[in-house]
Amino acid sequence: MPPTTSAADTAPKTYAWEIRASGLRVRVGRKKMAVDGLDLALGTGAHGLLGPNGAGKTTLIRALATVLRPAGGELELLGTSVGGLGDHRALRRRIGYLPQEFGYYKRFTVREFVEYMAWLKEVPKADIPAAVQRAVERVGLADRADHRMKTLSGGMVRRAGIAQAIVNDPEVLLLDEPTAGLDPAQRLRFRELLQELGRDTCVVVSTHLVEDVAAACSDVVLFADGRLVFQGTPEDLAAAGGPEYPGDSPLERGYSALLRNNGQQGGTW
Amino acid sequence: MSAEHASMRLIDDYARGDTEMAADTVWALEAHLETCAPCRSRLAASVATEAPGIAALVDTVRAGLEPQLDAAVRRPSRRHRPRWVSAWLTPVMAPWLAMTVAVTLMALLLDALSSPTLFGDASPMVTIAPVLPLCGVAASWSRGLDPAHELTASTARAGLPLLLRRTTAVLVVVLPGLLLAGWLTGTMTAAQWLLPSLAFTSTALALGSVVGVTRAAVALVAAWGVVVAAPAWDAGLALLALEPDQLPVWGLLLALGIGAVIARRNAYSVL
Repeated sequence: MPPTTSAADTAPKTYAWEIRASGLRVRVGRKKMAVDGLDLALGTGAHGLLGPNGAGKTTLIRALATVLRPAGGELELLGTSVGGLGDHRALRRRIGYLPQEFGYYKRFTVREFVEYMAWLKEVPKADIPAAVQRAVERVGLADRADHRMKTLSGGMVRRAGIAQAIVNDPEVLLLDEPTAGLDPAQRLRFRELLQELGRDTCVVVSTHLVEDVAAACSDVVLFADGRLVFQGTPEDLAAAGGPEYPGDSPLERGYSALLRNNGQQGGTW
Repeated sequence: MSAEHASMRLIDDYARGDTEMAADTVWALEAHLETCAPCRSRLAASVATEAPGIAALVDTVRAGLEPQLDAAVRRPSRRHRPRWVSAWLTPVMAPWLAMTVAVTLMALLLDALSSPTLFGDASPMVTIAPVLPLCGVAASWSRGLDPAHELTASTARAGLPLLLRRTTAVLVVVLPGLLLAGWLTGTMTAAQWLLPSLAFTSTALALGSVVGVTRAAVALVAAWGVVVAAPAWDAGLALLALEPDQLPVWGLLLALGIGAVIARRNAYSVL
């Protein structure tokens, strides 16, 4: 049975952007400012967050997931300011988050794990079994739902992680390197899921695989040294590059062109 | 359902799949069939007589599926973890609680075996009782010990309510053990260690809003060991800090801890 619409579903949005940051600064450790003066506005759709290693992608996603507190600037999620010591409870119910290195309890089955996460996200008790089943089916783990997490392969664990992220039907979905460990067939399936989710959700996917972005994202955010380098469609990114830049595809050439013009020489790697 | 039923002619037409049936008639008939068992059984009989082709097809499919259906045995339903358990405890806390209980037993054993000259008047039980719940509390909200910490920290329930749930679970396990041990040894009255242990727990939570619960608990245990327990053991004296006339001080500490936790209740949502 499809979920019935509630007043909250049909209420008009009171914000222009699901995610809006201006001058956002997020500190990692004591000294390093991993996100330094970021201006960003993201609406509904699938947004690919690209950047070299150490660009601050994970830190940005953790700040968006309200795990890290911003050190400065402004961050608004779903129209709510995420600043100081506010109560984030209502906001967090509407966020889905898959960390890069996500831990889980090995003895839980997939269903127990997703159920537990649904409970933590305050999904109404009566809706939990159906929501869990739906999330598990969407990532193609229905036949493994009663297997323990420790018996799953790396790709399946990652899919279980995606299932827990979407179990509460989030309006902002944050996925940190979700395609790591997925085989090519699963990656194709994941891109389909991403396109499907991007229709009514603000999805932010951090990745270092340019082809993932090309296939599944409507919008590219290029990020280096804690600052925004470029935001636009994948076509814009491809157009930025030329044959003189390194890369095997137009998108990769655009990626290296933008990073080089930004003064990113990179090391020997 | 309603006393009205579909006519036999209508059901026969439907079974044959007559194309001239009006769409609204089909729709009404199917809606009725969904809720009416007698009409469904008449439809089944009608399919057998009116549409032998369909009946044969259904039989073939059934014959083909039967071996598979027989082979499919229902998975033995495994022991399901009751949901209320994970609401109060995380799996990583279980070993720590077991350890706490084991420590209580060891102290009890030491108490029973040792001569009074070894430890002086300070029995091991009294010495560790005030800080024992802290071990469990530290484990309940630790980034290092809990693999799902990152996931938990981003959810709606993260924060003071969940922390209090887990703390309560620790106290529910640890305090009865201590009560029993105190009653068995007879070396300490409940008030003597109960108030200090609650005071320590609330202080750990209060400090935890600033430096993290695990760090606060570890620091308090260390402070207790260095400042109070070790000198007393060394001198072979009873613990002055746990004498009955010190109880108001512990009460004050407990009240301050609870007050600080309430004042900083929003600080726990970001840890």
